[in-house]
Amino acid sequence: MHSIHIIGAGLAGLSAALTFAEAGVPCNLISAQPSERAQSVLAEGGINAALDTMGEHDTPAEHFADTVRGGCDLADENAVKHLTESAPEILRRLIALGVPFNMQGDVPVLRNFGGQKKKRTAYARSSTGKIIMNAMTDAVRRYESAGLVRRYAHHSCLSLLTERGCCKGVRVLDRYTGASADFYGTVLLCSGGLNGVFPEKTTGTTQNTGDLTAAAFAAGVQLGNPEMLQYHPTTVGISGKRCLVTEAARGEGGRLYILRGGEKWYFMEEKYPELGNLMPRDVVAREMYFVRQNPECGGQVYLDLTALPEETWRRKLSDLRKELTDYLALDPKADPIPVEEGIHYFMGGIDTDCAHRTNLAGLYAAGECCSQYHGANRLGGNSMLGALLGGKTAADSILAAEGIPETAEKPVWQPCSDPLAAEVPPAEAAQIRDILLGGLGIVRDAASLEGALRQLTEFAAVPHNLRTQNRILLGEAMLRGALARRESRGAHYRADYPARDDAAFRKTTVAVYDGSTVQITFRQLPEKGGA
Amino acid sequence: MRIVLDILRRAHTDAAPYRQRIPFETEDAGATVAAALTAINAGGIPDEQGNPVEPVRWECSCLQKKCGACAMVIGGRPRLACDARLTEFAKKGSVTVEPLRKFPVIADLTVDRTVLFENLRRMTVWLTQDAPADEQTADAAYDASRCLQCGCCLEVCPNFCAGGEFAGAAAMIPAARLVTELPAAAQKPLREAYSRRFYAGCGKSLACRDVCPAGIETERLLVNSNAAAIWKRLLRRRKK
Ligand SMILES: Cc1cc2nc3c(=O)[nH]c(=O)nc-3n(C[C@H](O)[C@H](O)[C@H](O)COP(=O)(O)OP(=O)(O)OC[C@H]3O[C@@H](n4cnc5c(N)ncnc54)[C@H](O)[C@@H]3O)c2cc1C
Ligand code: SF4
Ligand code: SF4
Ligand code: FES
Repeated sequence: MHSIHIIGAGLAGLSAALTFAEAGVPCNLISAQPSERAQSVLAEGGINAALDTMGEHDTPAEHFADTVRGGCDLADENAVKHLTESAPEILRRLIALGVPFNMQGDVPVLRNFGGQKKKRTAYARSSTGKIIMNAMTDAVRRYESAGLVRRYAHHSCLSLLTERGCCKGVRVLDRYTGASADFYGTVLLCSGGLNGVFPEKTTGTTQNTGDLTAAAFAAGVQLGNPEMLQYHPTTVGISGKRCLVTEAARGEGGRLYILRGGEKWYFMEEKYPELGNLMPRDVVAREMYFVRQNPECGGQVYLDLTALPEETWRRKLSDLRKELTDYLALDPKADPIPVEEGIHYFMGGIDTDCAHRTNLAGLYAAGECCSQYHGANRLGGNSMLGALLGGKTAADSILAAEGIPETAEKPVWQPCSDPLAAEVPPAEAAQIRDILLGGLGIVRDAASLEGALRQLTEFAAVPHNLRTQNRILLGEAMLRGALARRESRGAHYRADYPARDDAAFRKTTVAVYDGSTVQITFRQLPEKGGA
Repeated sequence: MRIVLDILRRAHTDAAPYRQRIPFETEDAGATVAAALTAINAGGIPDEQGNPVEPVRWECSCLQKKCGACAMVIGGRPRLACDARLTEFAKKGSVTVEPLRKFPVIADLTVDRTVLFENLRRMTVWLTQDAPADEQTADAAYDASRCLQCGCCLEVCPNFCAGGEFAGAAAMIPAARLVTELPAAAQKPLREAYSRRFYAGCGKSLACRDVCPAGIETERLLVNSNAAAIWKRLLRRRKK
């Protein structure tokens, strides 16, 4: 029985598993569904690295500067430096693993992406996540065969096993048999974003329920910047979810407009002549929100891709075109796409240091479930990178800190009696979502946040199952974080505090549950060059 | 639009299967079988007899045809529930919804597809050395990287049964990426597994191509891989 447990088999989990396996150290890879079904396969537009294959003299230093600026100076700069300096090597590794990026000879072509001044985003048409996941899954399979990586691929992690401020392991539910078992050892959470907190309103998967983050929070694990939700400017509603129209569509020349007095108004290009439609997502989403409120305007924003050349559709965006035709019965070559902002990414999450340690000894976190790298706004193409680097970095720190683990006892499977096995009832999930969205929109203010908190408190006053109670706590952390951050920065825009306030708030929001209340504090960012 | 979902249900692996007809109403012309199942599981929709409906066990994840989780037999064909529009069946007024038949049923529409992943291990689908794609190989490697491991192809394959030697298109497609990218000299174990677990059993009817929800160009990959994995070796033997 192995004693390192990775929870989640998306890019972060696979990257960690590969790192352990290549070091000859066994691990368990535990996920609610197989890797093929993880949210990482949905990533479309690409992955960033200053590979400089386009003759633009790009450098990791510029990637660093764009990332820090895009994140509105809220990210840990040491971590971002590590991210941007490691990026070219990570890309070279993916290439060696046979990822068929769009190539120019034997180097990847790079495309423009939001918030970045140079072409830095490698891509495989518009299915980059799926194609990278396939190569990573193949790479890990080799070690599954060798017995180093043991897969538990229909297994949900219900909770952490904690003892006096330390994490001792996880409780795991076999979704097929209904039995559960306790796995003792070091734990690395790679369980993805909090999509399930906002059912039907995000671009992500139903599998990323956020319930494990909620259980961890209830057990005393700190969250960082929980108020930072990324709204992606270009999403469309399809049955049961928001469907992303990748930023690559704008990277390849797509333009946003709204009708003003019957005329097309390319508001982004007018207001931001340098980056135009490719401003960071927080800016674009907010501008869309504001132009829609404009009484002279038509209320609907469109993404116009009709001028893209045939070659671009065929070689670079073929999957996007198929998706739009299938789901919207609309040919983006002929008709502009009506788009709206949708929740897309969670910059906030489990609070870690740049070695991916949490505040509980023995517990690590990486990928979208943690709050590292992206500050107040993530740049497109940086999150797959962050997941790959985070998984590897976390695995390296576990190897360095805990040494080569001893083999642990075999888990004992028993019929599950843990109350956490019961899911949040769908009707209650929808209620919590609606309450939270009342406060956590693109534009926020004290009145709406306090209103949402009041409703949440009322909702919490009636009895709920344990998962629902945990989700309420998590929602409270998001609302309280947003209320306490009395400034505007990145994805967090306060109509009542529209300015950025570096002196008071260029700090990480830290949320912690002490067993009775949710506490919010602000922590100084780590010193540059420090740990 | 009102449509009855005629679902083949079973409480657990060993329980007796039964059918339950559940009417579903929606104004959304884009609504899918996945949306209907989600609505039914939110509670409050009784079956045709007016009995309350226990939540229907099924698997989903992406809800946009990209993860393969929701494969099931809809209207007699293997499909993704998130890709099966209810309008397709509106005229008939009802649609049958059943679990995939080639895998053990866990409950209702959830099946255990572990064999898919075991087959990839048996087929040694991994790189044994660095194998970068280039402009020439990237297209085929891209297509071969798109398999969802949904299992729809195995459902219609006359030669696949779980537990048998033959692994079907779901293993051939991912293997095709490696056959495309790896230099010939590094392909020995993969080729052997390929010829034993795929080539020897495939009747080339291409039923698998017609149902693939990812629209993978099965035929092209199959022809290429067969050529690389089998014929080159035979030719070489003949030359010796
Ligand atoms: C539509 C879309 C497009 C995107 N496009 C891009 C892009 O172009 N570029 C980019 O960089 N990023 C993109 N992103 C973001 C990026 O894909 C994700 O942030 C990243 O892949 C997250 O990887 P991860 O490993 O952290 O988590 P995920 O891939 O989400 O994996 C989470 C894993 O955790 C498991 N899990 C969850 N809860 C539990 C539990 N309780 N027990 C057991 N297992 C559990 C799941 O089964 C899964 O295996 C996109 C995201 C979306 C939704
Ligand atoms: S061609 Fe026919 S026999 Fe071969 S895998 Fe496809 S369906 Fe099966
Ligand atoms: S080849 Fe197509 S049908 Fe078969 S498992 Fe892959 S995606 Fe599904
Ligand atoms: S839910 Fe992913 S393919 Fe249907």
